[in-house]
Amino acid sequence: MTSIYGPVTDWEHDFDHADPEYNANIHQIWDDLLNKKQCPVAHTERYGGTWLPLTHEHVREIAYDTEHFTSRSVVVGTTKPSQFDPQPPPSPIGNAPPISSDPPFHAEARRLLLPAFSPKKIDPWASEIRRICHQLIDDMGDVQFIDAAQQYSQDIPVQVIARMLGFPVQDADKFRHFVHLVLESVNEDRETRLAKFMVFDEYLTHQINDHIANPRDDLTTYLLNAEIMGNKLSPEHVGGTIILLLVAGIDTTWSGIGSSLWHLATNAVDRRRLAENPAMIPTAVEEFLRAYAPVTMARLVRDDYDFHGYAMKEEDWVLLPFPAANRDPDVFQDPDTVVIDREENRHAAFGLGIHRCLGSNLARLEMNVAIEVFLERFPDFELDQSEEVTWSVGQVRGPRKLPVRITARS
Amino acid sequence: MRVHVDAQKCQGHSRCYALAPELFDIDDYGNAHELNDGVVPAGLEDRARLAQANCPEFAIIIHE
Repeated sequence: MTSIYGPVTDWEHDFDHADPEYNANIHQIWDDLLNKKQCPVAHTERYGGTWLPLTHEHVREIAYDTEHFTSRSVVVGTTKPSQFDPQPPPSPIGNAPPISSDPPFHAEARRLLLPAFSPKKIDPWASEIRRICHQLIDDMGDVQFIDAAQQYSQDIPVQVIARMLGFPVQDADKFRHFVHLVLESVNEDRETRLAKFMVFDEYLTHQINDHIANPRDDLTTYLLNAEIMGNKLSPEHVGGTIILLLVAGIDTTWSGIGSSLWHLATNAVDRRRLAENPAMIPTAVEEFLRAYAPVTMARLVRDDYDFHGYAMKEEDWVLLPFPAANRDPDVFQDPDTVVIDREENRHAAFGLGIHRCLGSNLARLEMNVAIEVFLERFPDFELDQSEEVTWSVGQVRGPRKLPVRITARS
Repeated sequence: MRVHVDAQKCQGHSRCYALAPELFDIDDYGNAHELNDGVVPAGLEDRARLAQANCPEFAIIIHE
């Protein structure tokens, strides 16, 4: 991947969250900023001006403050929304509602989707997710070395969301490439990205038209029939929401499962405890979510704003690193230690405030089932030291290559 | 002991419902509310405290 900005040498004044070194060394970088440089809010001129607050208090304050910070764009890019879209969708809606929406429209767009993702609607998917996980392990064959990111973690959320949307499951690769384009290639040049977007846009239009012609019991048909205040959703709204569900549902959960398996592959004591006590998995998953929260959100500064002495300018980006908030010693005891039976754990992996991850119940279920099935089939495994672990680049963090050696199977 | 969910703060993380379904339920939109007028049956006090300590939005109030 080529960055137009070049490598980072000063994380305090010139950081780049899409530099490959950032996700690979994230905990060291935060620790240096907070404790060595006494820098709770880092800044960079990259991306046209970007801020990185690191404490739970600051992250929480910005997440709650929809007056000074807008969600119009939540993925930091090299071009500001006002530059690439001189006539953007009306500001409260944005291009992928409700994640890109502000109050008061946000609540309407979100209310539409919430029932489909409530625990009581999501829980029945457990058996299908379990079947998918077993199938993926069956497909690996009787091998000793696997890539737990590529051959397991990445396929689970793709297959689940494709089924929920009523899209062909065999198109999983198309979704993955699209998600990569949105989240990981943020510092590639704009023309290349746009051309790739158009290809996916055509695919999406085809799927939506197919659902208009052949309505069925899935989320896409549900969105096409849905109304807000008596009006059907515009095609842009339906398409934008589907893009949101694909982007938000795939990379994030893949990363959550992958980071959990990375932890288990590198921690023999925790691995054996969970393999012997599967009932501990739900509590352990919360701790993996805290310690390895995959998602950093972003906001745009609405107007020039003095944030605790930091002079933020109109349309500056502000990253919301919930994973950093989750390691704040003012909120969590011994935050850099992963304690798989941690009882008090008010982590913010799914965000805080009105944009709380809509799919959190689904993500939790997928993580729980994925880890349970993996440990059931592979009660012991370890990192394959002869290969390298690689981490994603950008606002979603998780292992993209996770070479594992299976040492016990059942 | 009584528990109460502050509806203004609750964002539907569903932690209380997962940890103490005897004390909390959620509606179709994922928003939590206390059961039984918030009265915590004897023996479930620790569950109430656990739910409170796991709410990301600090939305659960306990009256002892």
